[in-house]
Amino acid sequence: MLMGVSAVHFVLLSAALFGIGLFGALVKKNAISVLICIELMLNAVNINLVAFNKYVTPGTFIGQLFAIFIITVAAAEVGVALAIIIAIFRHRLSVNLDDFDWLKW
Amino acid sequence: MELTLEAAAFWTLAAVIIVSALLVVTGKNIVHSILWLVVTFLGIAGVFIMLDAMFLAAVQVLVYAGAVCIMVVFGVMLTQRGSMEKSSLFNKRVIIAAPLAGLILAVAGFLAAVSKESVPLSGGTVPADTVSSIGEWMLTRYVVPFEAAAILLLVALIGAVFLAGEVNTDADGR
Repeated sequence: MLMGVSAVHFVLLSAALFGIGLFGALVKKNAISVLICIELMLNAVNINLVAFNKYVTPGTFIGQLFAIFIITVAAAEVGVALAIIIAIFRHRLSVNLDDFDWLKW
Repeated sequence: MELTLEAAAFWTLAAVIIVSALLVVTGKNIVHSILWLVVTFLGIAGVFIMLDAMFLAAVQVLVYAGAVCIMVVFGVMLTQRGSMEKSSLFNKRVIIAAPLAGLILAVAGFLAAVSKESVPLSGGTVPADTVSSIGEWMLTRYVVPFEAAAILLLVALIGAVFLAGEVNTDADGR
């Protein structure tokens, strides 16, 4: 367990990182902090994909390609999410997610 | 059995990633959180190097540790006012969120322990020339997702400019 490194180690590392990110995304008040924690979760998934690329299909690059697409989508997501947060801040002067309740009726 | 270099590298990187990710989540100052996020991303780049994904490690450093973190810092500077001391606090849902995150970890750990035998213990050899191989795959078999990602980036760029752009709400209602 301690001496060798197998795919299970990387899966557990990414599960721990995903759990930390999920916890942060649920409990943080600041909208930008929630965005940061979502980035942590996406990175945990990337570790999984690259680990399975090495341990299951080492000859092809399918896992690494998936990871590249995830990085692309994550970068686009950060850009749009920050733009939305800035647009909301301009109206409400707040980034506290508990204040964002005007879609309720 | 002696501690191999690979195992030592893995445990060091895992410790760096987990500790800095915990500091990202528990920090009360959002600027400190972002600085620890850079450390997390660099540790993940180290994991990618361990897994023979050199190109992805470079992309990780460029896109995540570079671009994404700088962009988030700009977001903080444009939205935060006053002191940064208590800029990233917890809300009241810690009691629900902590068991949920623990449950995710427990289920993943259980499934990993169950499937231990069916997963290969040592990785195969990934071809060393990652960049040209990935480029070839991307422009032959995966060319449609590649173009879709290009369109997605363009749409996200235009959308971000449109959303963040200044809205004129002066007297004429323009």
